[in-house]
Order: sequence, then C-alpha cells, then structure tokens
Amino acid sequence: MDIHEYQAKALLAEFGMPIAKGELAYSPEQATYRAKEIGGEKWVVKAQIHSGARGKAGGIKVCENENELYTAAEQLLGKRLVTHQTGPQGKLVNRLYIEEAMPIAREIYLGFLMDRASERIMVVASSSGGMDIEEVAEKDPDSIIRIGIEPAVGMQAFEAREIVFKLGLEPAQTSQAITAILACYRAFRELDATMVEINPLVVTEDGRLLALDAKMTFDDNALFRRQQICELRDKSQEDPREMMAADRGLSYVGLDGNIGCIINGAGLAMATMDMIKHCGGEPANFLDIGGGASPERVAKAFNLVLSDEGVKAILVNIFAGINRCDWVAEGVVQAMQKLDIKVPVLVRLSGTNVEEGRKILAESNVPVITADTLADAADKAVTAANQ
Amino acid sequence: MSILIDENTSVIVQGFTGRIGTFHANDMMNYGTNVVGGVTPGKGGEKHLDRPVFDTVKEAVKQTGAEASIVFVPPPFAADAIMEAADAGIRYCVCVTDGVPTQDMVRVKRYMRRYKKEERMCLTGPNCAGTISPGKAMLGIMPGHIYQQGNIGIIGRSGTLGYEAASQMKAMGIGVSTSVGIGGDPINGSSFRDHLERFEEDDDTVAVVMIGEIGGPQEAEAARFARENMKKPVLGYIAGLTAPKGRRMGHAGAIVSSSGESAAEKVEILRECGVNVIIRPSEFGSNVADVLAKIG
Repeated sequence: MDIHEYQAKALLAEFGMPIAKGELAYSPEQATYRAKEIGGEKWVVKAQIHSGARGKAGGIKVCENENELYTAAEQLLGKRLVTHQTGPQGKLVNRLYIEEAMPIAREIYLGFLMDRASERIMVVASSSGGMDIEEVAEKDPDSIIRIGIEPAVGMQAFEAREIVFKLGLEPAQTSQAITAILACYRAFRELDATMVEINPLVVTEDGRLLALDAKMTFDDNALFRRQQICELRDKSQEDPREMMAADRGLSYVGLDGNIGCIINGAGLAMATMDMIKHCGGEPANFLDIGGGASPERVAKAFNLVLSDEGVKAILVNIFAGINRCDWVAEGVVQAMQKLDIKVPVLVRLSGTNVEEGRKILAESNVPVITADTLADAADKAVTAANQ
Repeated sequence: MSILIDENTSVIVQGFTGRIGTFHANDMMNYGTNVVGGVTPGKGGEKHLDRPVFDTVKEAVKQTGAEASIVFVPPPFAADAIMEAADAGIRYCVCVTDGVPTQDMVRVKRYMRRYKKEERMCLTGPNCAGTISPGKAMLGIMPGHIYQQGNIGIIGRSGTLGYEAASQMKAMGIGVSTSVGIGGDPINGSSFRDHLERFEEDDDTVAVVMIGEIGGPQEAEAARFARENMKKPVLGYIAGLTAPKGRRMGHAGAIVSSSGESAAEKVEILRECGVNVIIRPSEFGSNVADVLAKIG
C-alpha cells in the first residue's frame, strides 16, 4: 500500500526524522492561509498523489507571494497529474501540501528496501540526491553505498555512521544524519514498510538536515496489524476496477489489450496472458479468481472484466485443484444468462471434476466456445477478438 | 527415489482441526501420505480423522516420530508455526498459507540459521501448493491424479501453472519424480537453486523443469548454479511476458522492481547459462519430450 508524501513525513517525524514546516490544503483559500500560518517568504506547493516524478510533471510549484500561491493551488487541485509512473490516465490531485521553501546547499539520496537476494532490509545512500537512483546506479555504480541490516539485532549506530562518513557530510550534520537514518530504519521495521525513500535528504544553507521528499510503501500482508497505516489509505489514488476486485477477493490488474482474462492462480494467469501474446493477441487484464471459486465469484469476475469497454473477447482458463470445474461451469452459465454479454466467451477447463464441468456447459445452451488445451484456448480467443 | 518426501515419510499437520487443515489432511491420507497426527494448540489429547492431536509440535514429534509437517495456520500465526516446527526437529516443512508478512519471513529465515546447515529444517513456501512425489506421498493441496510417476523433477512458484505443466507431461506419458512448489512470496523458505541441488543428487530424476516468473533474483541464481554444478539437463519457463514494470501480478513476489527481473531479461540469463528455455507455456510436455529424446 502506498501513502502520500505528507503522511510519510508525519510518520517519519514521529520517529525523529527532521522535516520542514508544512500544512495540508484542500482549496486555494486554504493554501494561502496555510502559508501565512507557516510564515517565511517562500513556499512550495506540492500536489499529493501516489507517484514519484511529480516535479517534472508540474506538480510542484515554488511561490513567492499570496497571488502565486492561490494561482498554483487553483491550477493543481482537481487536475489529473500525469507522470511517467501513473500511466496516461494520471492521478487526481485532491490535496496539496504547503511547505516553507529554503535555500539548499546539498542533496542526498537515502533509501530503505527489502532486499530479496540477502533477505534483509538494505539501506541505500548516494551523494547524488534528487535523481532517480536506478539512473545513478547505472551511470556511477561505485558512488552508491549499500548496507544490509542483520535482522536479529537491527541497525546499529556504527552502520549509520559509516553511511554518514562515506557521504562526506560536514561534522555539523553528522549527528543529525545518524538520527535521521536510524529514524527511517525504525519506521521501516516497526510499521512493516517495504520501502522508505527520502529523495532528497537536504542540507540547507543554514546547515540543517531535512527530508525534502518522502515516500513509503507498506506490506499488504501486514496491514492486519497496522491499523494506523490502513487509515492513511486514499482510495482516490487507486484504479477503481482494481479496488472493486480487491474488495471481492479477486486480484485484478488492468492492461491495454482487448482479450479479457478470467483465470485461477497468478502463475497460470501470467502464462495464459503470455500465450495470448504468442498467438498475436493482447490481454486486457490480469485476473486471478483464486482457490475455491464459487459460481457467484465467477459471475463477479465476468462483471469486472466486462467493465473494461475495450474487451472484445473473454478467455476463461481454469485448472481446478481446490477449485471444481463444475462450480466454475455453473458460474459461467449464470453469468451468461444474467449479463448482457456481447463478446465471444472461450472456456477451457481442466483438473478436478472436468467432465462434469464440460457437461454443464454443453447442456446449458449458452453460446460458449470451448477449448481443450492452453494453446487451443489462446488461439481461439485471439481469432474471436479479431473478428 | 524422489526428493524431500516418499511413502515412508511420517507427516503431521499444523492447523489440523481447522476446516482447511481437515479437508487437505483427508485428501493427503487418501493419496497414501503417511499422516501420523496433527497439532492444534489447546486440543491436545483429542482424536481427529482417527489420528492423535497434540498441543505442540515438540510433543507430536516425541510421540509419533514425525519427520515432516504441513502448515495450514492463518497468516498472523504462520511464522510462529514454522519456527515451532524447526525447533521441534522437523526435517521438512511445507507452508501453504498465503499472506504471511514479509518481515515475519525475514525473522523465520534468521531463526533457522541458528541450526547448522546439515541439521536445518528445509522449508518450502509460504504461499505454495506443496510437494508431491507421485505414487508415494503428497504434502500439499494439489489434485494428485494429474501427476504420473516418473523421472522428471519440477520446481515451481505457482500452483496451477505447475498443474498445467504436469498434466501436459502426463498427456505425453511423461512422469514426475517429485514436484516442489516454492511459492509466490518475495521471501520464501527455499529457492530453485536449493532443489536443483537435491534433484542433481537424486537417482530417479533425469531432468528438471523450473517454472519461474517475473520478480526477484532466484531464477537467475538457479541458472548459474545449473551451469556450474549440474550434469542433468534443466528446462526453464518464466511467466509474465506481458507484465508491466512496477505492477504486482497476483503473487506478492511477482513484480518487476529492478533490472534483471522482467521475463525477457530472465529468459536471456537462463539461455546464457545453458538452460533449455520453454518459450510457450503450451509446450512444457513437448519440450521435456525433446530433451528426453536427446539424452536417450
């Protein structure tokens, strides 16, 4: 789960990360009022969306007076901001974060992630702050500092010191930086994060260390024990179809193709989509209906896939283990009788109770095209979608 | 022979008396698995499915001599159940549970390092379909009848895609020595590499099929291991050709987050390491047949 910059900053500040003075605003009037409250002579208006690269997309504006602030806020609020991470539909800006702007002497990158190779939390730091860390890693891999944290004892002060000295920070910032690094680590560990990124961590001209931007992502599997994090969820930032799917126990990812997919199991779903591609077609979505799919759940899956207007054919591929083909077949029949389905539907069943399932489809008189193998199913779906 | 389990392996079920544990314990026993009992804290002393129930894994091991366990415990308590099995001297543990927090798995892996390598429990999963040595024993939730007994090893992340591969092979008369599900989570008990090593040493296995997917470094690590340490041929498929970067495709671990993790990049690494790459997921059976024909 992702959260907004202002939420990440508030969380990290609780653990001891220094942040600039900032306030949230939902309207241009509120934005100017907040700036007055914050004080100072220069402010940054930051669009709060779940995406990086907001600056390049025009989502971050520096303002020097009330007029500029009002205009910037008016332009951003209600707009869909498109960054290279959001996809072409962009993400809706419905809140702004107003921060005091200050002259910056230095920018640093500081990141924490769950490293799958070493199976531990990895700290990544670089003196090239403000840039995309993958770009830095490609151009100048030696400039990146990496430290894997031993899970049994957690991050130690000497490890934070090592990073600080390698970054070449001034003695005046050393202890601030150690505090900041350890704060992020503790937040990561105690809140079940999967990623914490401070890009950039800055040194101001008057020698203060601050998190200028902050991003946090959390482990969905751990949300059951992180009520505080669940409350930060902003549904306006999520794809409505993916959200609807998740609420019904289905896993859905929308794509750009025209063949709707209803499959059980993530691996088989990906493989079926690959097969569609090999046959010259493009999948419209990833959809895993999971184990023990009841007829009702299958019918819901049809609803979801059909909510994408680009779908020209539907491919149902079920390899039943815990699932039962007869239940799935009943779900297909129910969906086709109840819903107004105008596109061809292909069904391939395999595994537990396959004969019963095929019989139900054959006797139902609903116009499904059946296939026996994965190749046959994908091939027929591509042909059907192109007609 | 086979790896990890056979008809003699004595098995306990953790989360034995729950709905899911009961259903699959029954299924496993019907397949012929030597289930000797189960664990449900607070129900020790009872009988369930005609087998004894214990309060702790330690007690179950002491009373039954169980060597393997399968975990059907809900996500908040799964890591605890795995560590309990490791501490009780279980040799092999399958964790089926989907939804275990990643940091819990970090703790589990760290905990298991307290044992010397040769004494350490082998864990597969979480979020896996389990392991089957066809005709001998099944420690999982798969439909046993789709596997034919034979001499191909299978290691896969996904349950249903593994079923697809096994049934394609069966349709061509090709059987399986053992099929191991390692699960779809970012941090799992054991990796492709760990089981390649076991299959290389198994007399009944002549070739191994790896069914991988996008995300993480394990498929590449396994391919390098195969190149340097294996005489038996390895086949590999990577699911997720159409997956866009940064999007999670169902499995918690199926996400392309850094370079080297996309399907195309992994396929390239596999090929460089001499792995027989399976391009189309409809050709598991025929590609295995081709490799078998070559080795005679």
